[in-house]
Amino acid sequence: MSKNKKKIGAYWASSCGGCDVALLGLHERILELLDFAEIAFWPAATDFKYDDLKGYGNNELDVTFFNGGIRTTENAEIAELLREKSKLLVAYGSCAHQGGIPGLANMSGKNELFDTVYKEIPTTNNPDGIIPQESIKKDGLTLNLPGLQERVRSLDRVVDVDYTVPGCPPPPELTEDFLELLINGELPEKGSVIAGSKTVCEECSREWNKESIDAFHRPQEVDIDPDKCLLDQGIICMGPVTRSGCDSSCPEVNMPCKGCFGPPSKVEDQGMEMLNSLASVLQVGEEGQALEQEKELLSNLPDPIGTFYTFSLSNSIFGGKVSEGGEND
Amino acid sequence: MEFEPKLIGFLCKWCSSAGADLAGVSRKSYPPNLVPITVNCSGRIDVSQIVKAFKDGADGVLVSGCHPGDCHYTSGNYKTWRRVALLKHVLDDFGLDPDRVRLEWISATEGEKFAQTVEDFTAEIKELGPGPFRDVKK
Repeated sequence: MSKNKKKIGAYWASSCGGCDVALLGLHERILELLDFAEIAFWPAATDFKYDDLKGYGNNELDVTFFNGGIRTTENAEIAELLREKSKLLVAYGSCAHQGGIPGLANMSGKNELFDTVYKEIPTTNNPDGIIPQESIKKDGLTLNLPGLQERVRSLDRVVDVDYTVPGCPPPPELTEDFLELLINGELPEKGSVIAGSKTVCEECSREWNKESIDAFHRPQEVDIDPDKCLLDQGIICMGPVTRSGCDSSCPEVNMPCKGCFGPPSKVEDQGMEMLNSLASVLQVGEEGQALEQEKELLSNLPDPIGTFYTFSLSNSIFGGKVSEGGEND
Repeated sequence: MEFEPKLIGFLCKWCSSAGADLAGVSRKSYPPNLVPITVNCSGRIDVSQIVKAFKDGADGVLVSGCHPGDCHYTSGNYKTWRRVALLKHVLDDFGLDPDRVRLEWISATEGEKFAQTVEDFTAEIKELGPGPFRDVKK
């Protein structure tokens, strides 16, 4: 191990592991990376322990790729520790960037989640209603488990983040771009998202005829014309409110954009922006009173939050379920 | 103390805001709960502004524009109409009562209607109680 080599860390918090695979998706380029850097911490791929991490000095890691949202007390603790040990902390992937799919659990409270998972699911056999505890004493010993926090938060809501590489998972090209910028010392200003600055539509090759739509369809319900804009065909595509940089990879293969790159820089709430956008192309309400028609149209939109906030619920204005007369953060 | 709703009103410049002025010069009396914000057109309202109003503690939001067909910019009010319809659908899912958002068409001659709308809306929100973020400290 050379002294001049940069030290790289990677960590998974509340995530599926896909982002770690995406890092390996660099394929042989990872060897070039290893000419320049050594891996100093990466639980998914190497055998470093938390104690190794604690043993590093402050800012000893040159760059850490952090994937996953902050769901448990362990996630939060390691995020803080990695912030302390890393010169550059990179939110890697949709979950670290926006809360991601785990963030959709913000539509349920912590107790509701436990009740569903440990008591109500029909195949669960738990007659005593036992729910995992954070701490338990047995035979004079205390066992501790990380606790579940009330909500999933993105990394930047917990610690200071230097850069974001978005995507679910980030395409290897973007990771390469980031590494190239890092190696050449050409990184943009702190806080930048390493991706495009426009929207997915800008990169999409489909033909947009600005048609207004009178019904929503789900992709499996219709024959999709491969050349026409998906929104024109009544399929909800998050392209207009999603940051570019993926070469429109989903629409190119007949799947609507789900919004994994998060909103472009000036948009705060991706889902709300999509409502604005959709409202411009809906055909109903031209007379201002087509209430019944509206209800019919919306009835084919069974899960609006899951549709408009697939990846960004944690970072939306509400951040999750609101309760009338209840406690909201 | 009785709950006094905090209401935000986004009024378009050409019709509803003028309607509110007319209510004033006609000496109509109505509850003081609504804070009017004049915008160029109700179509200028982005649904995230309504959501933000709630997040910042509003108990209800009124969006008011020109009657259908009367928009100064031809079609702004239609856009708002569709936006608010979609928003209510999503608000319901978020757990916020969609009745906390109200869309009205009030023209420059309808001072009476403006006063009546504010009165009705205030009473309705009083019934519903404080909004979900009313007393949350920021």
